[in-house]
Amino acid sequence: MSVYTLRINGTDVAGAAGQSVLDVATENGIEIPTLCHLDGLSDVGACRLCVVEVGASGKLLPACVTAVEEGMEVTAHSDRLAAYRRTIVEMLFVERNHICSVCVANNHCELQDLAASLGLTHFELPAVNPRVGIDASHPLFAIDHNRCVMCTRCVRVCDEIEGAHTWDVMGRGIDARVVTDLGTPWGESPTCTSCGKCVQVCPTGALFEKGRSVAEGAKTRRPFLPYLKRPGEAMEP
Amino acid sequence: MTEPTGTDRPGRPVRRRRPRGAVPAGPVRASAHVCQAASCLSASSDQVLDALAEQVSEAGLTDVAVKRVGCLGLCAAGPLVQVPETGRLFDRARPDDLGGLVEELRAVRPGTAPGPPAPFFARQVRVATENSGRVDPEDLDDYRARDGYRALETALHAMTPAEVLDQVVGSGLRGRGGAGYPTGLKWTTVAKAAGAQKYVICNADEGDPGAFMDRSVLESDPHRVLEGMAIAGYAVGANRGYVYCRAEYPLAVARLKTAIRLAGRAGLLGADIADTPFEFHVELRLGAGAFVCGEETALIASVQGGRGTPRPRPPYPAVSGLWRSPTLINNVETFANIAPIIRNGGDWYAGIGTPSSTGTKVFALAGRVVNTGLVEVPMGITLREIVYDIGGGIVDGRPFKAVQTGGPSGGCIPEQYLDMPVDYESLKQVGSIMGSGGMIVMDDSSCMVDVARYFMDFCREESCGKCIPCRVGTTQLHTLLTSICEGSATLDDLERLERLSDMVKQTSLCGLGQSAPNPVFSTLRYFRGEYLAHIQDRTCPAGVCGVANREVVRQ
Repeated sequence: MSVYTLRINGTDVAGAAGQSVLDVATENGIEIPTLCHLDGLSDVGACRLCVVEVGASGKLLPACVTAVEEGMEVTAHSDRLAAYRRTIVEMLFVERNHICSVCVANNHCELQDLAASLGLTHFELPAVNPRVGIDASHPLFAIDHNRCVMCTRCVRVCDEIEGAHTWDVMGRGIDARVVTDLGTPWGESPTCTSCGKCVQVCPTGALFEKGRSVAEGAKTRRPFLPYLKRPGEAMEP
Repeated sequence: MTEPTGTDRPGRPVRRRRPRGAVPAGPVRASAHVCQAASCLSASSDQVLDALAEQVSEAGLTDVAVKRVGCLGLCAAGPLVQVPETGRLFDRARPDDLGGLVEELRAVRPGTAPGPPAPFFARQVRVATENSGRVDPEDLDDYRARDGYRALETALHAMTPAEVLDQVVGSGLRGRGGAGYPTGLKWTTVAKAAGAQKYVICNADEGDPGAFMDRSVLESDPHRVLEGMAIAGYAVGANRGYVYCRAEYPLAVARLKTAIRLAGRAGLLGADIADTPFEFHVELRLGAGAFVCGEETALIASVQGGRGTPRPRPPYPAVSGLWRSPTLINNVETFANIAPIIRNGGDWYAGIGTPSSTGTKVFALAGRVVNTGLVEVPMGITLREIVYDIGGGIVDGRPFKAVQTGGPSGGCIPEQYLDMPVDYESLKQVGSIMGSGGMIVMDDSSCMVDVARYFMDFCREESCGKCIPCRVGTTQLHTLLTSICEGSATLDDLERLERLSDMVKQTSLCGLGQSAPNPVFSTLRYFRGEYLAHIQDRTCPAGVCGVANREVVRQ
């Protein structure tokens, strides 16, 4: 297997052929913010938080789906990137109705963490305030679309790990929603195995277990999915 | 082939018969070409065709052909009927008023020379649309009589795939879908890509507002597109092709189906084409009304039966496309140019147009111009020639303001660039793009902020929702533009508009999002004063926006 040498933020690093820029950066302790990416699931390059500047022209490419190349010059952090990333997170907050104080994921939320780490102190964009629903028809879990950021981790884990493909996306643009079984209420879904993987991978409080208090909302309490790695936790051996 | 008739059959919807005209078996002295493409059909040109065939037969003109043809170009004046022997074009034909036309047909004598063409046609050079308005789109023999499938037979019998590639590379043809990627380079990449199975896809998911080039080509001359695809299949080593056509083009779909069936029956598609071992099967896939499916990776996802959403490139479809096989995707008009290139040679094609933008381009001329319709012009022609010489100038003699090219991915070109040549580089330089060929002419009654808002509304509606900058960004930009139109914006909002436009352009996943802010950029570049008038003076110079025209933001 070929190994390439590249530079990320001015540091020489080595990456194997087929590895993504994100993988190599993470290995070398360079933290690139991500949201739709989750180790163990396929990458879709949708959230655009991990965009990095590549080459002298500073072309923006998502680190999660960009393969390393020999002699690549990558800038993972710059004022320009920080501004773009802040705007992306701001867009997520104003897109739906994110109210941390009443959210089960308060203090255990990747969106909240991103806002803090990127220095998002206030919103300039007007809130969209859409009317979106909650589906609490499942006996164990519920989905609150107000808190969904459309990262589609639930869709991918259900398809790729559980093999049920209960979740998918319906609608388009700002009206896109994750749905169970073509829009069937979750509780009536004939394909859902109630495994709870979607709840575990959800970065926000959109998918949550019923009957738990805010303090118990942490989804990292137990090594539920040892083969999936969430940001900030060590991979199980 | 039997035509669907109006006869009631139980359990089946009654379909309107598509009239086919009347062509005598013997020698033809004179003929009438009656346009049966969507625009003229919507003005009841089918009734004109039937009535004319009847009146010609009543008049005892047994040597006159009344023929169903495709688009004659001057769509605004339909239904159109042309007498090719005299070159006369009868516009706004009515079934009950065809006396003059019948007399014209009666008067044609052998050796009658056609008169000089109207200015609308004089400046045009027809390559992709050379058969439009001349052949019956549902008659394979008629297409073959005009050198149809000769290029395919030449390629199969007398050329190696490498020689076909050489001609396409030498022609300098660039993708007519919008981006202008060199077609020869794309073909060569697919030809060299590793893989036993390869595919050819024809992108007929035309969606720019005001653009109808591909629809017209498919409705007027569908075999030409199939021939181009088959030649492409031979050149790159593909044996299967898909035409991805939007379902909103029912007539184009029907004619494509007919063409695929007739070509298959004649041994020009399918197995052992033209008595050679080459096989090429074409299937039709219909889009379900999503603009983003014109983006190649979204189109592939849709052909595979998935949600029509784009994926990050690389890998490019030329390496890993449909079912992860190397896939060649070209636009309808690109394929329509292939047969003449093979017939006449790449050098012939490269001799038309400019050195970097060779050949011709079909434009759908629309908006505030006298002659709206479909035109094909050599690259390098100036905008002024298109708008004033071919288009006949602005309606009511009003002042010209801008011409919008490239649809929601393009920009507005102001008056000072009217004498600029129309080619890929020049258009890019002034902040627009060639695009697929939509050309909307605007006069002083158009508000440029409103135009930008219109296109942003389109992008917002058509965003697939996969990536955040496009999904939320287009909505936010639309809100900002609406507040400017309504006179409730501040200078801070203008600065925010520019910053957000840059962010959406730089960070979006696919071409739709990356180009969505282009109309904003180009109108800000040339018509910043109009934005400032809305913000500072709370007035709309064109009188379009304002309280009277208030539109509530839809959430």
